[in-house]
Amino acid sequence: MSDIAAGNEHHHHHPFLQHHFEDLGQQHEASTLGMWMFLCTEILFFGGILCAYWIYRVMYPEAWALAAHQQNTLYGGINTIVLIISSLTMALAVRAAQLGSRTWQLIMLFATLIFGSIFLVVKGIEYSMHWHEGLFPGSHFTWHEHPALANKVQLFMCFYWGMTGLHALHMVIGAGLLLWIIGRSWRNDFGPEYYAPVEIMGLYWHFVDIVWIFLFPFLYLIHGVHHG
Amino acid sequence: MTTATLHDVRLSGASTSRNYINDEYGALSWLLTKDHKRIAILYLLSISVLFVLGGFFAMMMRIELLTPAGDLLTSDTYNKFFTLHGVVMIFFFLIPAIPAVLGNFLLPIQLGAKDLAFPKINLLSWYLYMAAAIIGLVVIVTGGVDTGWTFYTPFSTQYSNTHVFGTTFAAFIAGFSSILTGLNFIVTIHRMRAPGLTWYRLPLFVWALYATSVVMLLATPVLAITLTMLMVERTIGVGFFDPSLGGDPLLYQHMFWFYSHPAVYIMILPAMGVASDVVAAFTRKKIFGYRFVAFSSLAIAFLGFLVWAHHMFVAGISVYSALIFAFLSFFVAVPSAIKVFNWTATLYRASVSWQTPMLYILGFIGLFTIGGVTGLFLASLGLDIHVTDTYFVVAHFHYVMVGGTVMAYLAGIHYWWPKITGRMYPEWWARLAALLVFVGFNLTFFPQFILGYLGMPRRYHAYAPEFQVLNVLSTAGASVLAVGYVLPIIYLVWSIWFGRPAGPNPWGAVGLEWTTASPPPKENFHETPVVTWDAYDYPAMMKAMGETQNV
Amino acid sequence: MMVADFPLWPDQASSFAKDVDNLYIFLIILCGAVSVGVFLTIFYFAIKFRRRPDNEIAQDYEPPKLLEVMWIAVPSVIFMGLFVWGSWLYFHLARVPDDALDIYATGKQWMWKFQHPSGQREINALHVPVNRPVKITMASEDVIHSLFFPYFRTKADVLPNRYRTMWFQATKTGRYHIFCAEYCGTLHSGMIGWVEVMEPADYQKWLAGGTEGSMASQGEQLFQKYACNTCHTNDATGRGPVLAGLYGKDITLSNDTVVKADDNYIRESILNPQAKTAKGFQPIMPTFQGQVSEDDLMKLLAYVKSIGPAATTKGTPQ
Repeated sequence: MSDIAAGNEHHHHHPFLQHHFEDLGQQHEASTLGMWMFLCTEILFFGGILCAYWIYRVMYPEAWALAAHQQNTLYGGINTIVLIISSLTMALAVRAAQLGSRTWQLIMLFATLIFGSIFLVVKGIEYSMHWHEGLFPGSHFTWHEHPALANKVQLFMCFYWGMTGLHALHMVIGAGLLLWIIGRSWRNDFGPEYYAPVEIMGLYWHFVDIVWIFLFPFLYLIHGVHHG
Repeated sequence: MTTATLHDVRLSGASTSRNYINDEYGALSWLLTKDHKRIAILYLLSISVLFVLGGFFAMMMRIELLTPAGDLLTSDTYNKFFTLHGVVMIFFFLIPAIPAVLGNFLLPIQLGAKDLAFPKINLLSWYLYMAAAIIGLVVIVTGGVDTGWTFYTPFSTQYSNTHVFGTTFAAFIAGFSSILTGLNFIVTIHRMRAPGLTWYRLPLFVWALYATSVVMLLATPVLAITLTMLMVERTIGVGFFDPSLGGDPLLYQHMFWFYSHPAVYIMILPAMGVASDVVAAFTRKKIFGYRFVAFSSLAIAFLGFLVWAHHMFVAGISVYSALIFAFLSFFVAVPSAIKVFNWTATLYRASVSWQTPMLYILGFIGLFTIGGVTGLFLASLGLDIHVTDTYFVVAHFHYVMVGGTVMAYLAGIHYWWPKITGRMYPEWWARLAALLVFVGFNLTFFPQFILGYLGMPRRYHAYAPEFQVLNVLSTAGASVLAVGYVLPIIYLVWSIWFGRPAGPNPWGAVGLEWTTASPPPKENFHETPVVTWDAYDYPAMMKAMGETQNV
Repeated sequence: MMVADFPLWPDQASSFAKDVDNLYIFLIILCGAVSVGVFLTIFYFAIKFRRRPDNEIAQDYEPPKLLEVMWIAVPSVIFMGLFVWGSWLYFHLARVPDDALDIYATGKQWMWKFQHPSGQREINALHVPVNRPVKITMASEDVIHSLFFPYFRTKADVLPNRYRTMWFQATKTGRYHIFCAEYCGTLHSGMIGWVEVMEPADYQKWLAGGTEGSMASQGEQLFQKYACNTCHTNDATGRGPVLAGLYGKDITLSNDTVVKADDNYIRESILNPQAKTAKGFQPIMPTFQGQVSEDDLMKLLAYVKSIGPAATTKGTPQ
């Protein structure tokens, strides 16, 4: 049993200790293990579509290379840096919570939220550019060079929109969760003996970052074999 | 008392003390509960309704199959019925039943904990299940779906004119319910065991739930992404799986079966866990080879992820892929065989009671053995070419899922009924029902092995006339089976008001759940137990009491 | 009513039916013995050690751990044996003999179409000679189907946009079921037919009964109708590769990879020519997707085969 909560705390019943746990230590360990388990499911979820993407890449290297050339590597690169910085600020927010510093918690959490929002805005710009170029799959899809490869380029675009869309959805959910954590930080809920919600928020945020670290090279950087 | 005692075996008077049932009244206190026991009851009610619905579809199919011609239902209706039978039974009964009903109720108690790690997420699991069920019911009422529960492309993406999107969305939501339950169980088992309760002192039901939860957690997301891709293809028309647009229908099958094969282990592992606990209780003996049985659950969970393409031997995979998957498929049978032999060995020089839970489990062991060995037929490649996609496969999976999982579920319901409700069911009626289920089941499904080898394909609305006799036998069996299933619904409900009150330990079994009241108090134990004994430690219990009791 | 009225397996009407049945029967005996053994042991123990007042709790006795090892090792060995036997049988079913008679099959909702090389077309029926290997090359026009011959003990899924092959050698004359074995929609259970296995002489007579010409010659007509011959001339001056002698050869593509000019390659080159362009040629061939039916594709394939080297039919089916 953990002894994070020293003797007196037991009887005073920390306000955020849930009744079915023996002490805050057990609650903390349960929360973090729970989040790790959830992230495992996310690995399998994204892993499935990444696998399918890779299989088609091996089958249609030319179409994949052609389609990848349509990507705006600059914007993708900016987003990658933005997200990495947001992970840094998130980690610092966790640290601030552990130290019980309300000011730094709020600064870092807001910073994370801002960087996350920048990511979404840049993504939105990219999406709108692709939309106007007719690169959204379905009835509006237009592709004129190499007409024989059009269907496969559309397939790539399906993966692009699907994978980045799912990722963006996770970012939006993450932003919502961040707002909630910011609210609790504002109320000064967190300190050395109770900071688990910030820590698991951090785990989730880092995971969403890592997914992007895979998506960026896959969708933007690896051009593969191509001919004129 | 924190040590299981034989003197608790006496049936005591009706419980007037506060327990989880009478702790609070009102619909909201149930619908907004965080108590794992109440959530288990919510699941019990909804799962029972859905089981009856799935059974209705089955009954209609079996009646149609009395005659070779398709004369009772139109082809489209029949196709919808077999699809819905599969969807309802798999996603809404077999996958959740034992974990969400028995697991939810028993796991914290068997661990000496007050609740699961995340009670609110537990309630969310139930609401997700209900949301999925309601979407499914809307689909059924507005025209149903006819793709088969496997949703193979391109039929499901481009040709079917039924509610494919609605059904796959419902399955997707149900999958989340499953994932959250598994997540909850894993964290609870790791972090909330009572003092002294080491892994090797856990009941085998807990080991089984743990293995099941790992599979639920890791396999279900792959179903989620597969169905998402299917839904996108169906609505937007892009070609993930459509060959004329560059996609590959076999990719769908690989992704689908990557989940759906481990899914069958989600269905059978908890059943095996119930079997272990029931065998121990009704032989009053520690399960032979406890560690082998415990680790065999983990082995099944692991190996279950490696064999998915044995559903695709004739689908167009390469010869070499087929060889690898066949080889691995033989291996996944080994840990299951270990369990069967170990349960049997436990009976040797035991004290075997023939009460209803044990009758169901003895039936389970036999029927699961038959179902399991017919899996060997399917893993033998050259033979699989002939029998795959025929009634042989239908018989095989019904033996393991119905003769296996459903029988074990009924065993568990009867075994833990006194704990859950504080009442005993009427033993005579229960034994009759068990007998009807056993006889009815075999009469329904054994002829189907023969039908399959003779060449009757599955999912056939009308069939060649020479198959009629066996089909009639099968339908006759299904009628007996139906009676066997209806009886428990009646007498179990009856027992809630009129059954004999049960004390804390009507079976004289060893286990933390038997040391607390029946029904348990809201917080499960008045004080946290400290565990100093091994699982199923009957000799220690005997020594501690030094007296015998009649049950 | 005789025992023969209740068969446990269909007649053995193909060269490998007996082998399949032998494995089946062996498994029945083996698994039956194990199942019966388990049942009887449980029954015996449950009765002999039933609970009585003098044995309320089990005796403190553990069988030897060696038993555990035994029933892990012995099944493992048996399973390996079954794996080898099943695989041997599977190779036999997968390897198409060289001298097989070619039949082309198309599955579509909800019928089977068979084409003989000499041009005969059949729907939901297939005439074949007895004691001659028959190789079926097949594709679907829509969803996945499965061509199943229970009396021959073989089946294979039929896929859209991809050729697959299966084979059998019928050993008894008679009429035998054809079933579709992969659910394909409303009339899945109506997608059935009959194989007529005939004596060779009868088969020849049946073949002679009226045709539009062999598949290959019909394919040659299509070759001219679709103007393939304007680019694929007989010499090296054409804009497309010479097709005579091409079938079955290794082709170097413009990206320097090498592929075999097999059934699927020919098919893809007609429907999606830009996917694999031969080295030294411009990617200018138009696609015929949507213009050439599945039946016509098979005739064109038969034609290309007829002007190529003898096709290898041995090897793994696709």
